Amino acid sequence: MFQRKIGKQIAILAVLIIFWASVQAMVGLGIINPYYELNLILIGINIILAVSLNLINGFNGQFSLGHAGFMAVGAYGAAIITLKTQLPFGLALLFGALLAGIFGILVGLPTLRLRGDYLAIATLGFGEIIRGVIVNIDYIGGAYGLSGIPKLTNWTLVFWLTVLTVIVIANFVNSTHGRATISIRENEIAAEAMGINTTKYKVMAFSIGSLFAGLAGGLHAHYFYTIQPGTFNFLKSFDILVMVVLGGQGSITGSIIAAVGLTILSAALQKLAALRLVIYALLLVIVMLFRPQGLMGTKEFSLKMFRRKTKDKEGKQHGTAIGQ
Amino acid sequence: MEEFIQQLINGISLGSIYALIALGYTMVYGIVKLINFAHGDIYMVGAYLGFFAIAILGWPFLPSLLMAMAVCAVLGVVIEKLAYKPLRNAPRIAALITAIGVSLFLEYSMMLLVKPEVRSFPQVLSDVQYNLFGSLVISSRQVIILVVTIALMLLLQYIVHKTMIGKAMRAVSHDKQAAQLMGISVDNTISFTFAIGSSLAAAAGVLVGIYYNAINPLMGIMPGLKAFVAAVLGGIGIIPGAMAGGFLLGIVEAMVSGYGKSLYRDPVAFIILIIILIVKPAGLFGKNVREKV
Repeated sequence: MFQRKIGKQIAILAVLIIFWASVQAMVGLGIINPYYELNLILIGINIILAVSLNLINGFNGQFSLGHAGFMAVGAYGAAIITLKTQLPFGLALLFGALLAGIFGILVGLPTLRLRGDYLAIATLGFGEIIRGVIVNIDYIGGAYGLSGIPKLTNWTLVFWLTVLTVIVIANFVNSTHGRATISIRENEIAAEAMGINTTKYKVMAFSIGSLFAGLAGGLHAHYFYTIQPGTFNFLKSFDILVMVVLGGQGSITGSIIAAVGLTILSAALQKLAALRLVIYALLLVIVMLFRPQGLMGTKEFSLKMFRRKTKDKEGKQHGTAIGQ
Repeated sequence: MEEFIQQLINGISLGSIYALIALGYTMVYGIVKLINFAHGDIYMVGAYLGFFAIAILGWPFLPSLLMAMAVCAVLGVVIEKLAYKPLRNAPRIAALITAIGVSLFLEYSMMLLVKPEVRSFPQVLSDVQYNLFGSLVISSRQVIILVVTIALMLLLQYIVHKTMIGKAMRAVSHDKQAAQLMGISVDNTISFTFAIGSSLAAAAGVLVGIYYNAINPLMGIMPGLKAFVAAVLGGIGIIPGAMAGGFLLGIVEAMVSGYGKSLYRDPVAFIILIIILIVKPAGLFGKNVREKV
């Protein structure tokens, strides 16, 4: 059993390396033009955002609407290190991510006492407060934002950091702490009765999610030269939310599929920004009305799904994916 | 001191807009426990309807206001029937996500329909500045906003407390099942609540168009969120609470921007929200309800 697992992991790693290397080669040979490369990088950043929000919304069942705020913290944190000091890019990214994680703890501690829609609106409020404060600090450019950030993000970095994010969050979810986190989604009161420190695990999941949002923010800032507070408004949070909801709240592979699909869709509809959001909105409503568990529900994508289609007719209804 | 009273006047006119929107939030939340994110966008649709009637059809103020209110009432009911009713027994978060979807849908289909640029509202009411006690200024538009708001609030109080349908609304928000057993049509009552809330938001939209002279398809987002803050501030589900919360928030905002910190206007509203949620989640007018397992 153990050996089979190792073999599977080596196979996945091999596929990842082949994928990374072939894209890298095609970029080098000019088969993938800069426009496609941009979208590949956006897909990576969006996967990091969606998977990290899924940890909070899907696995922990704490509905957050402020993810873009933490992305902003990470973006500004990393950009300031690069622009104002001579430290290497890796440290800048790390600083941005850690700063976002610390903000996650600071925001999480008071707000995670709230439940359901109150929590949603409080996190939305915090996201807007973070943005509002950034607008008011002249040191970091105020409403005009920061520009002239060196372009240090590249395909290799985004790809492996996306892989790292997925591995860390998947391992967290499958660890003891992750089980505790999921139990809070299933029933907070029962979890507490079982001796789980719900506040601790809620804040933990929230700050880990925020940390990776910060990482995505840092990558974003170092790809687009410039960041503005307006980029991280709550429409951005909604964008990430749509990915999580569509993919299935509580399914990492679902989030990845949705992030890839929706990034391609929005690239295709780039000229029609308003139409893109109309489609997003309809997707959101239709998914909620007809398939509230999303594409994958709480299940993960695996090749076994195709093999045993007929066998597990029972237990298919994972309608509780959304929590309270 | 004069500056303070001047900002108080501006705050009350801004606050009456928030109060009108907050009423819809609070009534809908009271009856179906849903944060109707699309409410701010109904206010936007109301503003556009008012614009259409006044600028293109050339109607006077009052018929335009009534038309916008009536159309938005229908719109509110349609949204409720199509998007929210199928989810009435689903988890609350599912309904919340749907509401976000409806909100985005209204914003961006409006943007496709009328183009994203800002429209300037025609001058339908003459704007006279009255001087009170020397340097204090109050404009006739501010007076009209306040008069319309108070009239609508009195009408709402009358409907909720003196009519059969109002009694049904109160009963359904108190206990849905028991109300149903008493022969009240819960579906119709919920639809009626959406209709009233939406028409109040539409009235706010038309008033804002007249007051600020400019409307755009995304104008509903911020006032919608702030009206929600106002509803929470007063105690969500409580009608007088929404009125008081709206006025209070308007005054605080006017003070913040009046004393030179206009960039802090938006964060301040959300800071108030967080403080209220943490310190007194039931709101200023609310009673603490103990959660049962």
